[in-house]
Amino acid sequence: MGELADQWTTEHVPNIWGSVPHVMEMQSEGGAAGALHGALQAGALGTTFTASQGLLLMIPNMFKIAGELTAAVIHVAARTVATHALSIFGDHSDVMAARSTGFAMLASNSVQEAHDFSLIAQAATLESRIPFLHFFDGFRTSHEVNKIVPLLDEDLRAIIDERFVRQHRERALSPDRPVLRGTAQNPDLFFQAREACNPFYRACPQIVQDVMNRFARQTGRSYQLIDYVGAPDAERVVILMGSGAGAAAECVKALQKSGERVGFLKVRLYKPFALDAFFAALPTTVGSIAVLDRTKEPGSVGEPLYQEIATAFLERYAGNHSRPLPRIIGGRYGLSSKEFTPAMVKAIFDELKKPQPQNHFTIGIHDDVTHTSLNYDPAFSTEDPRTVRALFYGLGSDGTVGANKNSIKIIGKGTKNYAQGYFVYDSKKAGAITVSHVRFGPEPIESTYLISKGSFVACHQFQFIDRLDVLAAAEPGATFLVNAPFGPDEMWSHLPRQVQQTIIDKQLKFYVIDAYSVAREAGMGNRINTIMQTCFFAISGVLPREEAIAAIKKAIEETYGKRGQAVVQKNFTAVDQALSRLYQVKVPEKVSATFEMLPPVPARAPAFVREVIGTIISGNGDALPVSAIPNDGTFPTATAQWEKRNLAQQIPVWDTELCIQCGKCVLVCPHAAIRAKVYDPSHLAKAPATFKSAKPRWREYESLRYTLQVAPEDCTGCRLCVEICPAKSKSEVKHKAINMEMQAPLRETESVNWDFFVGLPEFDRERISHTQVKDTQLLEPLFEFSGACAGCGETPYIKLLTQLFGDRLLIANATGCSSIYGGNLPTTPYTVNRQGRGPAWSNSLFEDNAEFGLGMRLAVDQQNQYAQQLLTALSGSLGGALVTALLEADQSKESGIEAQRQRVAELKRKLATVDLPAARELLTVADMLVRKSVWLVGGDGWAYDIGAGGLDHVLGSGRNVNVLVLDTEVYSNTGGQMSKATPRGAVAKFATGGKEMAKKDLAMEAISYGYVYVARVALGGGDTHTIKAFQEAEAHDGPSLIIAYSHCIAHGYDMGFGLNQQKNAVLSGYWPLMRYNPGLRLEGKNPFQLDSKAPSIALKKYAYEEARYTMLTRSHPDAARKLLHDAEDDVERQWRVYSNRAAMPGRAETPNIAPHEPEEATVETVKKGGDEQ
Amino acid sequence: MSDISTRYLGLGLKCPLVASASPLGESVSSIRELEDAGIGAVVLPSLFEEQLELESNALDDDLWRGAESSPESQSLLPDLEDYNLGPDGYLDLIEGAKAAVDIPVIASLNGVSPGGWAEYAGLMEEAGADAIELNIYSLATEPNTSAAEVEKGYVDLVRQIKRCVRVPVAVKLSPFFSAPANIAARLDDAGADGLVLFNRFYQPDFDVESLEVVPRLTLSHPDELLLRLHWAAILSDHVEADLAITGGVHSAIDVVKCILAGASVTLMASALLQKGAQHAFSVLGDLRRWLEEHEYDSVRQMCGSMSRRSVPDPTAFERGNYMRVLSSYVLRSGNHGH
Repeated sequence: MGELADQWTTEHVPNIWGSVPHVMEMQSEGGAAGALHGALQAGALGTTFTASQGLLLMIPNMFKIAGELTAAVIHVAARTVATHALSIFGDHSDVMAARSTGFAMLASNSVQEAHDFSLIAQAATLESRIPFLHFFDGFRTSHEVNKIVPLLDEDLRAIIDERFVRQHRERALSPDRPVLRGTAQNPDLFFQAREACNPFYRACPQIVQDVMNRFARQTGRSYQLIDYVGAPDAERVVILMGSGAGAAAECVKALQKSGERVGFLKVRLYKPFALDAFFAALPTTVGSIAVLDRTKEPGSVGEPLYQEIATAFLERYAGNHSRPLPRIIGGRYGLSSKEFTPAMVKAIFDELKKPQPQNHFTIGIHDDVTHTSLNYDPAFSTEDPRTVRALFYGLGSDGTVGANKNSIKIIGKGTKNYAQGYFVYDSKKAGAITVSHVRFGPEPIESTYLISKGSFVACHQFQFIDRLDVLAAAEPGATFLVNAPFGPDEMWSHLPRQVQQTIIDKQLKFYVIDAYSVAREAGMGNRINTIMQTCFFAISGVLPREEAIAAIKKAIEETYGKRGQAVVQKNFTAVDQALSRLYQVKVPEKVSATFEMLPPVPARAPAFVREVIGTIISGNGDALPVSAIPNDGTFPTATAQWEKRNLAQQIPVWDTELCIQCGKCVLVCPHAAIRAKVYDPSHLAKAPATFKSAKPRWREYESLRYTLQVAPEDCTGCRLCVEICPAKSKSEVKHKAINMEMQAPLRETESVNWDFFVGLPEFDRERISHTQVKDTQLLEPLFEFSGACAGCGETPYIKLLTQLFGDRLLIANATGCSSIYGGNLPTTPYTVNRQGRGPAWSNSLFEDNAEFGLGMRLAVDQQNQYAQQLLTALSGSLGGALVTALLEADQSKESGIEAQRQRVAELKRKLATVDLPAARELLTVADMLVRKSVWLVGGDGWAYDIGAGGLDHVLGSGRNVNVLVLDTEVYSNTGGQMSKATPRGAVAKFATGGKEMAKKDLAMEAISYGYVYVARVALGGGDTHTIKAFQEAEAHDGPSLIIAYSHCIAHGYDMGFGLNQQKNAVLSGYWPLMRYNPGLRLEGKNPFQLDSKAPSIALKKYAYEEARYTMLTRSHPDAARKLLHDAEDDVERQWRVYSNRAAMPGRAETPNIAPHEPEEATVETVKKGGDEQ
Repeated sequence: MSDISTRYLGLGLKCPLVASASPLGESVSSIRELEDAGIGAVVLPSLFEEQLELESNALDDDLWRGAESSPESQSLLPDLEDYNLGPDGYLDLIEGAKAAVDIPVIASLNGVSPGGWAEYAGLMEEAGADAIELNIYSLATEPNTSAAEVEKGYVDLVRQIKRCVRVPVAVKLSPFFSAPANIAARLDDAGADGLVLFNRFYQPDFDVESLEVVPRLTLSHPDELLLRLHWAAILSDHVEADLAITGGVHSAIDVVKCILAGASVTLMASALLQKGAQHAFSVLGDLRRWLEEHEYDSVRQMCGSMSRRSVPDPTAFERGNYMRVLSSYVLRSGNHGH
């Protein structure tokens, strides 16, 4: 919503008063609410958009805004608040957390309503002075594409009463008629003042209804505060808010047709609750009611809407015995966008028939623990047979979703038909699977649930065929289209048994197209969007073929026209070619398949992985019962290894002769899919035939063997390893020590080789240098096969972290890309070594990660201290020598840590024999005697923006925490919004004209403390430097901050060249490599070390390789020139500051720290300074 | 005072010094500076059809990458209002330049497809270009592509463009023909109003440390002029088309040599890039002084006065340099009494 508003501002789209609203991106939602509060107080009309945790951050200001009776609307796509886990999806837990703020709460149930109620809420707030929280369901409504009637400016003018706008402005703060607002009040006054707002809340519902009535007269769309659908004499009624209304309405209509007396109430104005309107809307015949809440409030009698309704009845019926109180039950549904279907609504109506219906039920899950769930019959369907229901299985990268959105526009705009689209994505960043649920029909489509009976199913990726049950939702007689590299005659033999059986049983009409070859020939690369879209129109019969093709081409022109004629032309070619290459497959009468669908994980995986994680991978997570799932959000690590995703078309292949064993490929691999080991040659006796090895290029290990091995099914094919490989053939320079080759022919043999490789022993960590790339890349990574983008620039740093310190590592991870690829189910990429040790990882929130990590540090230190205390107390029973050794252990090196581990093991053995309370206590904390490494990991959105205050405080605490900022210079996870790390001149969302301000120098901020270790690193600019910085940061007994340049897909170029760009960033001086090591001050040295050379290439040479910069040269060349010039100036200024700092002799470099001598004089001076102020 | 005005492609030029395609022609303000410095006409940098396509496709790829992959991030870069892609920017430059200066503005085009050449040439004319220079160089890297095919393609192209546009058309030639005089004559026959001798190119260079091929374009050196003088002197006797020399023109003396050889105009880029637009002013001053000192009335008077046909010993242009250098050596040796 904010992005759209920003876009309109950029395009100078005026509001109804003819002015262009100002859009300001803030560092956090808390900041946004504060700025909104200020803007409202100063007389502007303002709004903000948020969801989930963001809304929670706004709550303090919302109390203020409401308490001051300030007209404003906050629009909320209601989304899940993180509890045992983060979920980005939709429910009402966020808005319900804000229900005590004093904001009115208005719920929209559909895309049209979300549009209409924005205006209704705005008009109502201006008149009532009660601020409004206007909400609609996150994703189900906010991300649904549907045909709506847009409001015109004249509608807005008719509904917004200018009198109230003027009154709002007149209440504003102004030095010309000054008032004071925001006093501090005492017990004598506060209570009365709080009650003074009552008349406004009492008047509010009628004001909203009046606005709704005006709106109906203006637009023809009529709404009530509480709307009722169903039998006027209903006996059973369901009450709910939000998008579930669509499913409920369909169910009620269907049940009514079969003679059932049922109905449902949609609550639109939830606060202030309109009692009279509620009872006016509810049929007096009702005997039992189910109130549904899309949220959970553990420990309460019932959820909020249930409680509101129950209280309403209690108040209305108290002392009134003329009517029996209906039976009222409450239930929960739809948490985190869980499906809510007419079948579930029917189950609730059925439950209401029972003499003792279950109260506090759940619907849509199987609760086999506390048995709250109602059973329902998924076969019950209310789908309109006239509606075309199409399902498309695709990849994020193949354009399926975009094509479907386009098709909806074509149908919705170009015909009288209605259209609806809803898109389901998996949680991976590389190779994300998308499922598009698209309906077309003659009537408005309010089916707010996924398609379970599709009349058209398309599988855009052939590799899904033996992994996903794509035909599960195909109805009998449906059309099935598959993109496969086979002709119509050979297609059948490439289908697994189950798919063949389904096609025969359901009598599907089966079509095939080799869309990838059409795409390649048309110059479309991997994009099959327009090709598959053309096929859909050609065989679905939604539109006459010729008309459809013309419409597709028109849409192409509209969508891609501004990207240039070449782009339009290749799409046209693709459309034309698609039709000639689409074939119907003759379906045999019998199944002839020789193979089955693949299991989601191998049979040898642990039980939990097979039973729970495997079920999620196969797309059946909805079927898992409550008992199968950990109750506190705790999941095992080391599960990503079981999910073989086979994303790479090509994988690197090792040339043993050319390889110099430098380890660079291993270092840069974002997915830990290429690894090296040195091992005893005796292990090769059992090696598979194609397993490769070479003589190690370490003088001391020449008697051993070296292998570089690729995990063929885990590699994403990003090519970073090949690009970084420095070893070129002397006779053919394009041939390197690793080269990309097709995966398919290698898959089987290399998988066997990989398994053998994994089984080889790890090299002794103590025998190698931990500062050289070559050596460190023999260390086992404890972060592997994450869902990060192919070619991700962040994950190599995390992997390195786990290689160096993984077996004693605690990670506090800020929400963002790194928490998604680090902890989004189904699988977990953090893993364990043979001893079972590995990173312990947790994500708290986006904003609090520094504090969260500091808390971990405090806990570790406290327990370490306690262990030491107990050790001392038990020294008599344990033996003085062991206790002294444990207490005085030097753990500065790997060998010291290992020795301490041995001592702790011995300690534990001894403790088991000591029957003392202190001994039992010590057993629980003994592991804390081994040095732990606490790392706070997150992106620039966290460190530069939302978490900056916390990070600053934590750095200021002086505690031994290490901060790793994965600086992609933009909010990558949420789609490329500007952060304060975004460089000047780069285009980002909220900086569509190029960011006008320079990037914040976080390093210099931290350096100002004097005792914080700080490094700016870039793997591509200095890999040894990066490793050194990690080691020094960890060794520094105090706070450390590493800012790591992370190339990112949001920068707009092929990630295969990510490390080249890192190098160019350093060479241009844009990203100087530096370290600030406070420890050097003690040695009388300058702690500020500038580790890269003076700029040797122009900034332009680096920046203009990336679309984030070059886009602007095309759209606004003059602005681009100016910003480039300013950015060059930034580089120069930064270089001068850094090089001057680095050139200072000894201790002189820290001017902000008072000189040490003479100490007394210093104290005096400081005091004096203080007094003067 | 000698008259230094000339005619090129049927256009009246106040002097024979023309700014060749270079970054100096990329903006209206620098084109105005060139005019202020006395330049007779300006050739805009080439519009490369292939580049337009590449840019379009690259932008499309960049906007596409990572889009629609996650419910929280449906795109990674904002799709801006307009990208100024295609020929629009170039056409705006022509229009802007025409509005800003009085000297002729010559557009330059390097096409790929037959349709592209014709379309863009038409658009350039519409935008107000006084003439169009066809930058016809393409690399025939396929062994089964013959010289005859390549040359026929060029000739056909000139015919096609001449049919499409009314403004004069010049053809910028590469020096790499087996029979330069023949191709020049055929292009002349096809209707070319001018021939520009010769194109200079980005050439792949080798970085021997990284073992990478790196493109390199160095500024021209006056030595490069000799090849151009040689061919201008030969061709000027055979073709109707005006000749222009580009590559190695750095000083007034260079200009004089070109005109003596038969060029109507000389095109300058490297020297202007090195010394700034003001360099044109001093070159023209020197040219005027030279003409006066040598008592020429006008540049037109001396144009072609040292063409192959006009010099006493035309064989100087017909043989390789070897013979001549050797004979001068013999002569010098003789003087020393050996």
